[in-house]
Amino acid sequence: MLNLDATSDRLLAEVADLHKVPVGAFNIRANGKAVARNSSANIDIVPKENGSGIDIKIKPGTKNESVHIPVVMTASGIKEIVYNDFYIGEDCDVVIVAGCGIDNCGPKDSEHDGIHRFFVGRGSKVKYVEKHYGSGDGAGKRILNPGTEVYMEEDSYMEMEMTQIKGVDDTVRDTKAELGKGARLVVRERLMTHGNQNAVSNYRVDLNGEGSSADVVSRSVARDDSYQKFDAVLTGNAACSGHTECDAIIMDNGRILAVPGLEANNVDAALVHEAAIGKIAGDQLIKLMTFGLTEQEAEEQIINGFLK
Amino acid sequence: MLELQHVSFGVNEEGQNKEILRDINLTIPDGNLTVITGPNGGGKSTMAKLIAGIIRPTEGKILFNGEDITEMSITDRARAGIGFAFQQPVRFKGLQVFDLIRLATGSKLSSVDACKYLSEVGLCARDYINREVNSSLSGGELKRIEIATVLAKGSQLSVFDEPEAGIDLWSFQNLIKVFEGMRKNIKDSSILIISHQERILNIADEIVVLSDGKLISHGPKDEIMPSLAGTMSAVKRCGKDVSLEGGEG
Repeated sequence: MLNLDATSDRLLAEVADLHKVPVGAFNIRANGKAVARNSSANIDIVPKENGSGIDIKIKPGTKNESVHIPVVMTASGIKEIVYNDFYIGEDCDVVIVAGCGIDNCGPKDSEHDGIHRFFVGRGSKVKYVEKHYGSGDGAGKRILNPGTEVYMEEDSYMEMEMTQIKGVDDTVRDTKAELGKGARLVVRERLMTHGNQNAVSNYRVDLNGEGSSADVVSRSVARDDSYQKFDAVLTGNAACSGHTECDAIIMDNGRILAVPGLEANNVDAALVHEAAIGKIAGDQLIKLMTFGLTEQEAEEQIINGFLK
Repeated sequence: MLELQHVSFGVNEEGQNKEILRDINLTIPDGNLTVITGPNGGGKSTMAKLIAGIIRPTEGKILFNGEDITEMSITDRARAGIGFAFQQPVRFKGLQVFDLIRLATGSKLSSVDACKYLSEVGLCARDYINREVNSSLSGGELKRIEIATVLAKGSQLSVFDEPEAGIDLWSFQNLIKVFEGMRKNIKDSSILIISHQERILNIADEIVVLSDGKLISHGPKDEIMPSLAGTMSAVKRCGKDVSLEGGEG
């Protein structure tokens, strides 16, 4: 294994489903340093010369391969910004698993800002999975501010699955995408905030190429005194189609602001947005209670299903 | 055995007390299939909700197996052995058909076992087991899934509020088979169905007629059916098959 402490092992399992050294290409970063790295025949991971991050270069035609680049932080008071660039050649089919876990038991804030840029080659298919998780009971906050930029060439496809379920105190997620002809972007965001957490999610998707399409869907739950903002703007600059949806459950004193935005700059742009915020429907609770679940158990099941 | 003793239920509407059910006395013995029928607005659905614990009576007592359950929660009644099929099934974003059936059984369940319940209500299990119970399902599909969850729960007393509504694409005979199967498979189980379908009334051991919040008559099917016959034949002549009336909220 990697000779990491038990907390780091647990975080790796949480954010990247990693229980041992992954197969294929990977870069594992712990407490501000790369602790393990492996390139494969088709996927090359190279540290940037200035030490600010890594470049991941995927050869054209690479299929059914994966890259894992998880980050874990267990020391209190670390603040880092990491720049990772993914260059995905033409005609690839790959899975990229990122994710960051912070365990902060200390008094100082711990912050990881991962800035990821994706250059997706013509005809390539990418699945990107990113999970954020926080634990530890220190007074120091667990802060994650991911920045993601996606540049999609003709007929490429990218699916982004982004999840933050527990323990992150403060997060501002900025995601930008530019789509070329025939490119398709699918985003599935799952978010749950509790305590006094704050989460802001901004999306700016420019549909520049003819026949491009985007589907940005966020499902979120705000509990306790937490606050969330979902701000998604789709801009149609060509004959394209776009859909954005924010579906949210509020509980306790949770607050959510949804700001769906559409801008059509071409008469053949077809853009749709949907947003719904509300508490769990009473009928849903009653239905599960007629199975013998308590109200609290019913709530948990409904939320687990909603965020699945 | 379920007993309703002097049960009344009223609501306050614009400062006026409106009685929905008045002084109902009713006993549903074990191993019995009772159908509650009667005109719209007569209080049938209210009675079903009172039994499931969704609402509480303003007066009277409800006893289940001799125990006073009047103040018991929905959860505790379900655990005591009462199942309830909604007239208008609930949709859930995210929860899948399998999740719902698993929660209904209250135990770990293999998807093979879950599929059996779906097959019983005439749904091709493979196509449905992983579907979300959301608006992509039609009203009829939801209704059959609702019935499957009550089957899966396997209660000592199962209450169905207008189970036939919306199952038009499925054969009526199959719905009746479901009720017959339940009686056979769950020992001493009783079934209470709110319905105005002649074919469902025909499989009843006993029929209860509720009208204007009052229990008008209650007795063995053969005794009660003739008194309903006039109403039914009138409806039949209208070419609406066997429905005595429309749905009730």
